[in-house]
Amino acid sequence: MAYGEKLIDHYENPRNIGAMDKHATDVGTGLVGAPACGDVMKLQIKVSAEGIIEDAKFKTFGCGSAIASSSLVTEWVKGKTLDEAESIKNTQIAQHLALPPVKIHCSVLAEDAIKAAIADYRKKSGKPGAAHVNAEPAKVAAE
Amino acid sequence: MATKTQEGTKTVQAKEPATARNIALPIYLDYQATTPTDPRVVEAMLPYFTTKFGNPHSRNHSFGWEAEEGVETARAQIAALVGANDKEIIFTSGATESNNLAIKGVGRFYKDRRNEIVTVVTEHKCVLDACRHLEEEGFKVTYLAVKQNGLVDLDHLRQAVTDKTALVSVMAVNNEIGVVQPLKEIAAIAHEKGAFFHTDAAQAAGKIPLDVEDMHIDLMSISAHKMYGPKGIGALYVRRKPRVRLHALIHGGGQERGMRSGTLPVPLIVGFGRAAEIAKNEMAKDNERIRRLSDRLFNGINKQLKDVVLNGDREARFPGNLNLSFSYVEGESLMMGIRDIAVSSGSACTSASLEPSYVLRALGVEEEMAHTSIRFGIGRMTTEAEIDYAIETIVKHVKKLREMSPLWEMVQEGIDLKSIQWSDH
Repeated sequence: MAYGEKLIDHYENPRNIGAMDKHATDVGTGLVGAPACGDVMKLQIKVSAEGIIEDAKFKTFGCGSAIASSSLVTEWVKGKTLDEAESIKNTQIAQHLALPPVKIHCSVLAEDAIKAAIADYRKKSGKPGAAHVNAEPAKVAAE
Repeated sequence: MATKTQEGTKTVQAKEPATARNIALPIYLDYQATTPTDPRVVEAMLPYFTTKFGNPHSRNHSFGWEAEEGVETARAQIAALVGANDKEIIFTSGATESNNLAIKGVGRFYKDRRNEIVTVVTEHKCVLDACRHLEEEGFKVTYLAVKQNGLVDLDHLRQAVTDKTALVSVMAVNNEIGVVQPLKEIAAIAHEKGAFFHTDAAQAAGKIPLDVEDMHIDLMSISAHKMYGPKGIGALYVRRKPRVRLHALIHGGGQERGMRSGTLPVPLIVGFGRAAEIAKNEMAKDNERIRRLSDRLFNGINKQLKDVVLNGDREARFPGNLNLSFSYVEGESLMMGIRDIAVSSGSACTSASLEPSYVLRALGVEEEMAHTSIRFGIGRMTTEAEIDYAIETIVKHVKKLREMSPLWEMVQEGIDLKSIQWSDH
């Protein structure tokens, strides 16, 4: 499969790989996907007192498109308010990376990961936002 | 890195002896998909395109006789490779056609007396699809499961074969995982009930010793391009004593004893014959090299990486096929990283369907592991320097991808991945 330049750049030089303390109250963690489906994304956001996303980190198990999609969204969410970040659409991700049709689900997963991270942050910080949250983070049982 | 010169065999090498820093990229490690045509094969073919271009079925002039002689020499070379008689070799367009001819041809011929077929879930798609086609025609087909090592359970096979079974079809070497099935034992079980035994030997012919007499094989599919011959030509071995009869799929001038009409592609056949001759003469030497390179790759990777699993039986295998699962690293992303090494993946993401390999699933490999598998194919032209480069590149990228894998992170933290309720998507 031939890939676009932006996708390959994000795959080869992924931005913001890493992990933050998932127990910290200013950190929201979203874990979406399933190993059996071949894609798992973990996206974390660090939110300032003013409700701005200060930092974002990710780790992804998945194909090049999944890695690139998650790398891209960590760049996009930084500096945004939660509501702004929540409005990022998978179609924007797919378009930016020129994802082939068979890889659209990777961008859907990245959108889900943002929503899941925001939902986790809101739950923990007790600051529910205005927007509706429709993606549930996967439950980490053993902690 | 190894700077040792290549072993002093006279095997034709596509590349000059080289160090790991001086090799031609990309490296080809996908010998199950196809093989390069051996230059000696090409050389044998060339005259049959230009000067010896006659139609082998022309009986009235020397052009025809010359072409016919080329065909018959090749037929004998191919027969010799598998211990058959020349007259038992029928030329086809390749193993897909041979498998179709064997399964549908035999099935349809004996349908009145025997309308059952027994095959295995890990067969090549063309065998499975031909069988499904016969089901639509009223046949009963049994698709046997395999053991965790990829081999057929002979007791299960014995239970599945009945006196209504026309044909048992089991491949010799699996294309995805390289395991070698116990052909002689399978043939014996088929024959106990009077069924014929067909084997798809596309990945086996020219790679492992095959003898239709010793192994009691009744039909065998062979492909030229998997054994350093040209694409577009194959053969079906059809036993004459006791005689196996079949319905032709392609009708016309009655060539190939009426089993496969159509003018024979002489250059391809001559190349196929020469490839068979070379394979027969050099099999032992090739295999010794391939085994050494295969061990080098496997050990080199395992020395530096943990949680790498070999799929398929460790012993009963063609060593030129190494199917490895790199736990917690998705196969396609690894292939993207090791772009200058041409391999195949059992991961879903490489194909249009999003299902992981049905062969790996049949072995009981869990889906998440199936997504992490890569098939490495080693062949006649593979060099030690290429293997060393592959080891270095694979290790580097697996480490990098594990660093960014949330699954790897969880496992290092002691979390059991099975305890997590994963979301669906």
